[in-house]
Amino acid sequence: MNIICTSCPVGCRMTIIENNDGSIEVDGNVCKRGEKYAIDEFSDPKRMVTSSIFVDGGNHVLVSVKTDNPIQKGLVNKAFAQIKKMRVKAPINIGDIIIDHILGTDVNVVATRKISAL
Amino acid sequence: MKYDVVVIGGGPAGLAAALAAREKGAKKVVILERDRHLGGILQQCIHNGFGLHYFGEELTGPEYAQLFINQLKDSDIEVKLETMVLSVTKHKEVVAVNVVDGYFVIQANAIVLAMGCRERTRGALNIAGTRPAGVMPAGSAQYIVNMMGHVPGREVVILGSGDIGLIMARRMAWEGAHVKMVVELMSYSGGLARNVAQCLDDNDIPLVFNHTVVEIHGHDRLEGITIAKVDENRKPIEKTFEYVACDTLLLSVGLIPENEISIEAEVMLDPITKGAIVDETRQTNISGIFACGNVLHVHDLVDNVSVESEIAGEYAAIFNKDEEQSKHIKIIPSEGVRYCVPQMIRQDNKKDVDIYFRVEDIIKPAFINIDADSMSIKKKKKRIVTPGEMEKMTVKADEISKASDRITISIKGKQ
Repeated sequence: MNIICTSCPVGCRMTIIENNDGSIEVDGNVCKRGEKYAIDEFSDPKRMVTSSIFVDGGNHVLVSVKTDNPIQKGLVNKAFAQIKKMRVKAPINIGDIIIDHILGTDVNVVATRKISAL
Repeated sequence: MKYDVVVIGGGPAGLAAALAAREKGAKKVVILERDRHLGGILQQCIHNGFGLHYFGEELTGPEYAQLFINQLKDSDIEVKLETMVLSVTKHKEVVAVNVVDGYFVIQANAIVLAMGCRERTRGALNIAGTRPAGVMPAGSAQYIVNMMGHVPGREVVILGSGDIGLIMARRMAWEGAHVKMVVELMSYSGGLARNVAQCLDDNDIPLVFNHTVVEIHGHDRLEGITIAKVDENRKPIEKTFEYVACDTLLLSVGLIPENEISIEAEVMLDPITKGAIVDETRQTNISGIFACGNVLHVHDLVDNVSVESEIAGEYAAIFNKDEEQSKHIKIIPSEGVRYCVPQMIRQDNKKDVDIYFRVEDIIKPAFINIDADSMSIKKKKKRIVTPGEMEKMTVKADEISKASDRITISIKGKQ
């Protein structure tokens, strides 16, 4: 499998080879993070989800949010749908938990922007 | 009004420059920002991937901005929001207007230009056809989605595979729109490799190379576009015309440094970067006027903007108008190199200098060579270089001192 490393902007073009004994070899990465990314991407791909949610009574209409850790790639669309249903009240600080344990995972959705109450 | 350092623009460049200027001893520092919040375009860049180099962690745009805004709040740097700078003179007078102070003039000891850039629009491309709603720059669409909470269309085509186009392809797909394709004039993406992987591949969005949009159809609302393959001179090939139905066309076709007020101050611009010509302190040809961030040249990474702006801010703080200005060694982009920043180094420079440059074409492997006058002082091999990713080479102070009038950077596919 050929993949581009997304760990950093270098964007290493890597090849993943699965040996007969089940071990995985990674080629083309220039750093350790690349190797880890390749193995994760091969066995259990994950993504960060970012979005924005409507705020009532704040100095901005929307507050930007993110998952505090990457979630399984297969759950991205479901997570996004749940985030989009939310509506929150000002004030909000960066890091405030907006959705606790989204979809029953260990991942929370947290605010990434400070919103003051009007 | 008198200030030691006036920073024009409160985005990532202005924030870093102002903090560095204050840190370096400038007493009265002010940021003039036309928007109602600090942080600039970072506030609408809600995706993550910022700060890996500068902070060593992956942040979203608003989080990255907030780390600087917090430092600013702990300082005595003044901020004037919703303030429009009307002009700057070469005598370092800044003319501005807002609703609180009205029309006012500031006499600055030094000025940092940090106005950022704006998007190229449909008008700059001369696409034929009608003028319906639904054709907009990708960054404007990003504002509509991420700051206003509206999705500007359902059937989307994106022209240009620069980073904003790629990021918006994913955003529109996540927001439920059908992103039919990203059309790219060149044979490679102008964006970061990781954005092609994360934004397009993940969402099964095709990237069509060597194609462009030749006509726009629709009366009130966009109904479709005609795309075409282009030949080696990037001219559309008529027999390849193809109609694509869509209600939205996002343009990610380049950014232009916003230098109208710089020109008025007689700041000389580089015809390639469209930003000021600067020395290693980021000082322009007008002594005491500095430039940094996307108004100087368009960066791929905000981390580089912060580093560059700190240089500008520090030197703006210690600028002494009575000191004689040093002569310069020119830095010349040669074979394979499109431009470099800074474009010159002061002869009395005593520090190592990072030279940032962009290549003209994809080369792999690439051999970078730096000459002082005509003597080679540095060589480096890279596995791949692409025009979409800015390169950096550090030249040591003793290497610079070997040059009497010029340093040349070239890049080749062979040694």
